[in-house]
Amino acid sequence: MTVLRRVVLALGLPVVLVAAWWFASAGSTDFYFPPLATIVEVFPETWFGSRLTDDVLPSLARLGIGYAAALLLGVALGIVIGSNRWVRATTEPLLEFLRAIPPPVLVPILILVAGIGDTMKVLVIVSGCLWPVLLNTVEGVRSVDDVLADTCRTYRIRGRLRWWHLVVRSASPQIVTGARQALSVGIILMVISEMFAANSGLGYSVIQFKDGFQIPQMWSGVILLGLLGVLLSVLFRLVEHRVLSWYHGSRTASEEP
Amino acid sequence: MLAVNGLSKVYTGRGRRVEAIGDLTFTVEGGSFVCVVGPSGCGKTTLLRCCAGLLPPTSGTVALSGAPVTGPPDGLAVVFQEYGRSLFPWLRVADNVDLPLRAAGVARAERRDLVTEALDAVGLGDAHQAYPWQLSGGMQQRVAIARAIAYQPRVLLMDEPFAAVDAQTRADLEDLIRSVWQRLGVTLVFVTHDIDEAVYLSQRVIMLTASPTRVADDLVIDLPAERDQLTTRSDPRFTELRGLVYAQIQKAKLEGRTR
Repeated sequence: MTVLRRVVLALGLPVVLVAAWWFASAGSTDFYFPPLATIVEVFPETWFGSRLTDDVLPSLARLGIGYAAALLLGVALGIVIGSNRWVRATTEPLLEFLRAIPPPVLVPILILVAGIGDTMKVLVIVSGCLWPVLLNTVEGVRSVDDVLADTCRTYRIRGRLRWWHLVVRSASPQIVTGARQALSVGIILMVISEMFAANSGLGYSVIQFKDGFQIPQMWSGVILLGLLGVLLSVLFRLVEHRVLSWYHGSRTASEEP
Repeated sequence: MLAVNGLSKVYTGRGRRVEAIGDLTFTVEGGSFVCVVGPSGCGKTTLLRCCAGLLPPTSGTVALSGAPVTGPPDGLAVVFQEYGRSLFPWLRVADNVDLPLRAAGVARAERRDLVTEALDAVGLGDAHQAYPWQLSGGMQQRVAIARAIAYQPRVLLMDEPFAAVDAQTRADLEDLIRSVWQRLGVTLVFVTHDIDEAVYLSQRVIMLTASPTRVADDLVIDLPAERDQLTTRSDPRFTELRGLVYAQIQKAKLEGRTR
């Protein structure tokens, strides 16, 4: 019952909006706003053919690689910076500056450095995804509980065990928050990196369709990007649920009197 | 066994100089059960942290079996007051008890036995797979005690471990800790502000003055070794000892105020 209710609540508004779009656009003769029926009709032939392997999957692969690299780098650097007061004091102003640079302006620079291939696109994604992960990890590491840290000291829990069971696990709620922000940044940058000097990818395809006046196909690309975003955030939630089950459990437990 | 010699601790910061511990000297015999009581804010926790090697003293020394304590020493365990913050919320009860043993490099089979034994000893034999936050406060403190038992320390320090649990649970935990001490033969230093608890539990009560802390008095508790909540607490000797400690603490408070 509750599961059913949640599904209905989650899908209700989208269904209403799609229906509204469907009927409002039906019979539209506006070249730039074709009927939704037409967009849906061209969707399979546009994306489930060779474009799936030539554009969609390469885009997702670059997103996956860039996102994973940013996670690893962000968590590793975040732990180093967060664990040491001096390192933190020296690097924090610089980090704030670097974070404030909008990643798209780095695209021309990265093209100069890394060319127009996959490396550049992955680097663009990393350059945007890194900051939320890094800064949240620093915060998470800083907030390690004193009593728990003392517990580790008295029981001589050191090295790898301390690193994992005290530092990483303590910071994990914040790391997950950073990773969630990074995921949405990553999807945006995946598209943007393909709009400059690219020859494949989802962003490239949408621009191609626009330039070729294939408007229904262009719209179908926008819809596909939206659906991918939803799919990735659902996957993220599943992973989060596993990784942070202790956190949600303990929060619920402490809220009950 | 545990020797505190001329210990003092001064906190400085923001232009303020706070002398938390004035000058403390006492020794705790190996295998004995000693309670440290004093008026609130008299630096009991500071003393315990110095003994545990978690806090460097300003001057003086702490020595464990003759070896000076400069960092957390081997064979020493601490049970903190804040049980909720001293257990790893992301580890199950059994893994919480197990982690110090893993860090000490104990073999897997032996670890399993030690964990099972320790959790049985505190009456949590059926809670291995639970997370700490699924348990009540008293049960969480039992997990922390089980972790200390499994670690098999020579010295066990307890910092007001029962201050945050209800009275009924507290009585149960007091009896639990007496039986643990008798079985393990561990040296136990128990810090509390509760005079009844100090007299009921220990063989000897060290009373502290208000800050800057010194030893006000040192009293042997000559109650029989077999104690229980009903008979011991109604023993006239218990009332007498309790009165002695109470008077001393009141005196210390007054002196603290006039200084």
